[in-house]
Amino acid sequence: MTPAVSFQNVSRHFGSVRAVDGVNLDIEEGEFFAMLGPSGSGKTTCLRLIAGFEQPTGGHIKIFGETADGVPPYRRNVNTVFQDYALFPHLNVIDNVAYGLMIKGVDRATRTRRAEETLELVRLPGYGARRPGQLSGGQRQRVALARALVNEPKVLLLDEPLGALDLKLRENMQEELKSLQQTLGITFVFVTHDQGEALSMADRVAVFNEGRIIQVGEPEDIYRRPRARFVADFVGSSNVLPPDLAQAFGGPRRWASLRPEDIRIGKTGGHAATVTGASFLGAATRVACDVNGARVNVLLPSGSAVPSLGAPIRISFDAAALHPMDDAA
Amino acid sequence: MNGAPAILAGRGGLFGALSDTFWRHPRLLLFLMLTPPLLWLGIIYLGSLFALLAQSFFSIDEFSGMVRREFTLKTYGELLSPSNLDIIIRTVVMAALVTAACIVIAFPVAYFAARYARGRWKAVFYLGVMLPLWSSYLVKVYAWKLILAKEGIVGWALGKLHLTWLLDAWLALPVVGGPSLSVSTTGTFIVFVYVWLPFMILPMQAALERVPGSMLEASADLGASPRQTFRTVLVPLALPGIVAGSIFTFSLTLGDYIIPQIIGNSARYIGMAVYAQQGTAGNIPLAAAFTVVPIAIMGLYLWMAKRAGAFDAL
Amino acid sequence: MRSDRGNRAPIGVKVAAAAALLFLHLPILLIFVYAFTTEDKSFVWPPPGFTTQWFAVAWNRPDVWEALTLSVQVASISTLIALILGTLCAAAVSQTRFFGREVVSLLVILPIALPGIITGVALRSAFNLADIPFSFWTIVLGHATFCVVVVYNNAIARFRRTSASLIEASMDLGADGFQTFRHVILPNIGTALVAGGMLAFALSFDEVIVTTFTAGQQATLPIWMLEELVRPRQRPVTNVVAMVVVIVTFLPILAAYTLTRDGDQIAGSGK
Repeated sequence: MTPAVSFQNVSRHFGSVRAVDGVNLDIEEGEFFAMLGPSGSGKTTCLRLIAGFEQPTGGHIKIFGETADGVPPYRRNVNTVFQDYALFPHLNVIDNVAYGLMIKGVDRATRTRRAEETLELVRLPGYGARRPGQLSGGQRQRVALARALVNEPKVLLLDEPLGALDLKLRENMQEELKSLQQTLGITFVFVTHDQGEALSMADRVAVFNEGRIIQVGEPEDIYRRPRARFVADFVGSSNVLPPDLAQAFGGPRRWASLRPEDIRIGKTGGHAATVTGASFLGAATRVACDVNGARVNVLLPSGSAVPSLGAPIRISFDAAALHPMDDAA
Repeated sequence: MNGAPAILAGRGGLFGALSDTFWRHPRLLLFLMLTPPLLWLGIIYLGSLFALLAQSFFSIDEFSGMVRREFTLKTYGELLSPSNLDIIIRTVVMAALVTAACIVIAFPVAYFAARYARGRWKAVFYLGVMLPLWSSYLVKVYAWKLILAKEGIVGWALGKLHLTWLLDAWLALPVVGGPSLSVSTTGTFIVFVYVWLPFMILPMQAALERVPGSMLEASADLGASPRQTFRTVLVPLALPGIVAGSIFTFSLTLGDYIIPQIIGNSARYIGMAVYAQQGTAGNIPLAAAFTVVPIAIMGLYLWMAKRAGAFDAL
Repeated sequence: MRSDRGNRAPIGVKVAAAAALLFLHLPILLIFVYAFTTEDKSFVWPPPGFTTQWFAVAWNRPDVWEALTLSVQVASISTLIALILGTLCAAAVSQTRFFGREVVSLLVILPIALPGIITGVALRSAFNLADIPFSFWTIVLGHATFCVVVVYNNAIARFRRTSASLIEASMDLGADGFQTFRHVILPNIGTALVAGGMLAFALSFDEVIVTTFTAGQQATLPIWMLEELVRPRQRPVTNVVAMVVVIVTFLPILAAYTLTRDGDQIAGSGK
């Protein structure tokens, strides 16, 4: 099957800044794909390269097998939901949603009907006559979504679309976006710096750092088997063990990751450790331990007995939980 | 899933093709957008300006009255003759006094508008400054001719208050006096202050608006008297606005030739000298040399203002 | 209590602010009184009587009408040129980062930053050097030069408030450069352009310092007034014309104020 979007050794340099540096990536049709990384890691630039707002300085991008080289954004059958929504302030909600159809020359009656249908799809019926300034953040987000979806794009690009929403609204929208994507079957490419969001929504995740993709995989894969220290650090809060400690823990003498929730605390067996701190997180308690001078975090389900500060304890885990990584990056 | 192509054909035609070209070459679009204004301002305005400045290095032939097009500093020597220096000094002193007076009068308006005026009053203050700023310069000068005339409203009001003797005493003074207010240096000064005052209020207000009220309260909280707060907190914070406003009042006074001509005695100012030299005297080199004075003064002033950070308030 | 005190102005500030505003407005209001005076030789106050006859006299003066017509024509064409040049410049400076944009801003502001007499003398000597005869067009040339900045300032303020992602959003939705200009950019900067145009019109309509240097035999309304001020012929007519000029310039200023105030609310709501 032709990938929906294909990056072939794509670079985008701004002067000496390598925003995107030699990225190879295939995004499959119908996939909910997340680009995850800290700010400045190149994920947003990648999105803008797909939309056509940026041109690669090296390599090629293909959209459904067709080359996008030198194709302006208005000729790409790809639509974007902007981080700041970018709703047109001079148009009401209906005209905002119908904008793409208006440009295509669809007659007024048809485009109004389709815009209304799409507003219903994003659960915002009856808001057509309002101005963007009269809407709440969550409502604007839905209008921005409708404005993109009404054009039936081949790929929908979402640039941190939930970043401006508060926590409760964000969780609702995550579910809605996911089910919308499954209903419509459109390829969604989603940029976020929130690892929880990426893991819970996406079919596959690409982790970016310094203009490069560090790892691509399914959320479970990224979470359990980080390929590099950066991924282990950035996705969740895994313990990154230096080679000496990894060897002491029974692994090969390489950098390794060990999930805090995979560690048990006991009185016997395992390895000696000292409790140096504990913080209550709600659903769990994080206990910080010192093992031969290295810090190891342990996540205890809430309700378990929390050892007191300075107490000597033993920590243990299944051998499979210790995951050696490819490189030291 | 829809079977539409991923890459669309575009609308074609001339506009479609042009649009694609501009998108691919954004510098071309930038070039096309900048060319007309830069040609206009660069050739017509800067060209004329440099041509004028160049002529200040020419001189006038005393016998034929023609401009001799050879490089010389003779005209600048002429500029520094006692009578011309007199004009320059008089103008600069007037500009400085006008600026000082504008600062004093503008401050309460700007302070009140920035700190206390809200809602409707804010609009009243804004328009109250904008309308005089934009209303006709000549009409304003004309209004003052009416006011300052011997038989005008000021003379009448002072007469009613039995203060005519005070006005007469003032007008009898040398330098500032004259036959009536409308033909005295005092009159020139008043009209300058009036006409340029709005140019001082607006930037000052802009600067004061950036001073959070809490900062003044903090000063009072720390035991400063209102006078101390004014001197140590308010004035330094308003300074960028004062500097920005004084750029206007100074520059406008330096270049004006109409106000002293209509309301004033026969004492000459730089603007009048430029006007006379290029017109009746036909001495373009000297007129050009005279224009260098305000340019040099304003250049120096702008440079100092930039160091004081005044441009953030513009 | 403290905040209460902080929100009330000291009486001294209030009085001084009110006095300064009166100082700014009374002279202009005085013009309105003088337009109705029966006295026609001097500026005597209080006016001995009131009449409306001078309006009729002024109405029938062909020189006033000629000057007014010329001023309107000059201001219209200068405004049009300033609109085109100022908008292009503002668009280029605000939408893109390129080397030298500060220089461009400075170049636009220079014609009003330097005293008007310098612009005037420079243009006059350039026309003489280039053997260009003084005409309607030499006046327009001067006026357009200093009107550009007014349009530029208004347009660039709006461009800066108009988020760049609006243009990207439009292109993303299939609109090419021209369609984006027509459907997104123009509606968003329209009111700022109208406001800038009105201010440019008012500026040109009122300009006298540069005009005295760039006009030949023609008299714009300000030139006509200047001549009346230097060599008064019929004072009552001057009074009436002054009053009309005040009213004519107030209207575009008020309109421009209303437009930018509302417009800024519209432009700001997109964020």
